[in-house]
Amino acid sequence: MSTTRNWTDKTIEEIVGTLLRVGVTLSAVVVSIGGAIYLARHGREPANYGVFHGEPSDLRILSGIVREAFRLRGRGIIQLGLLLLIATPVARVAFSIWGFAEEHDRLYMIFTGIVLIVLLYSLLGSGSAF
Amino acid sequence: MNILEFTILVAAGSFLAGLLGSLTGLGGGVVLVPLLSLFFKVDIRYAIGASLVSVIATSSGAASAYVREGFSNIRIGMFLEIATTVGALVGAFLAAFISTKALAMIFGVMLLYSAYLSRKPRPRAQRNLPPDPLATRLRMNGDFPSEEGGMRHYNVQRVPLGFSLMFGAGALSGLLGIGSGAVKVLAMDQAMKIPFKVSTTTSNFMIGVTAAASAGVYLSRGYVDPGLAMPVMLGVLAGSMLGARILVKAETKMLRLVFSIVIGVLGLQMLYKGLTGGI
Repeated sequence: MSTTRNWTDKTIEEIVGTLLRVGVTLSAVVVSIGGAIYLARHGREPANYGVFHGEPSDLRILSGIVREAFRLRGRGIIQLGLLLLIATPVARVAFSIWGFAEEHDRLYMIFTGIVLIVLLYSLLGSGSAF
Repeated sequence: MNILEFTILVAAGSFLAGLLGSLTGLGGGVVLVPLLSLFFKVDIRYAIGASLVSVIATSSGAASAYVREGFSNIRIGMFLEIATTVGALVGAFLAAFISTKALAMIFGVMLLYSAYLSRKPRPRAQRNLPPDPLATRLRMNGDFPSEEGGMRHYNVQRVPLGFSLMFGAGALSGLLGIGSGAVKVLAMDQAMKIPFKVSTTTSNFMIGVTAAASAGVYLSRGYVDPGLAMPVMLGVLAGSMLGARILVKAETKMLRLVFSIVIGVLGLQMLYKGLTGGI
């Protein structure tokens, strides 16, 4: 019992570690590509972040971000990379539910489910980001 | 200043913040918002949005290394994440109703407190505490590889107090766009009597999830500007990865002192700017 449990625990940790690394690396690559395009096109324009005006809706909601990214707009691609980054911990939590299920740990499946619901609410429900 | 120059300078500043944050263990996130708003004159809401995104990157990057070492306790982390994510959501909603001046002042107070915490000596850890019934029911007690070799067992204490403090840590994170690792470690190490090494690695594990809970709100509210978040996220990520690499051999006592003074000075400046309305 204790050896199988350790085995599963270790496997889960290995997979979680890989998941996090892949998510962050992928996101950094996408953000860099978007950044290069953005700077090549707009690098010589004046920078002004002192006045807050909020982002246009195309850079706030998923459908808009994806559309902008596929038009190869630099800012859209950066935003897509940032969405990947935000999705990384969410994927980790979702994966943990499976991990606890493998260990037949019902209590922690419930706890993890609650965390996942809060995260999805933040992404989907709070400002209709998707 | 044009966008290219601005991007390079912000990336360099973020790199330095990430490097110092990871070398001293104080986190780079706390100095990012003051750096952006005081020196680069960025609106504090954009600064918070960019900082929040970079916090996810550094936490996930570091956690991927820590989970393998067997220090972090996934059960403690997951249970407490219920409190931090709900707190983060509340904090992110509150941020919309609080004036930028008040935000700057809260930030200032938080920085001063962080500087104080980092100088305060840690009380000696108590060992061999009796098992707590609630912690036992929640299966939180665990083992970790000790310095003397072999595994050391620990019994988690005062779960409700730790849970409440974690709600506060989450709210601060959502309100100010920081990882609030210091409060998380305080809750685990001081309140719940979890060994320091387990507390810090578990905290790191939790920061990304906490920040993701409020990042969704910030993104949909239009506080995350891609042009600003790009150099901040890439700079902090590169800096903290380099820091983690050279950390093993580096003498960090002096560095920690200097960095905590920097944090304190930035705290005073944020407080001053908030009070005089210069932000």
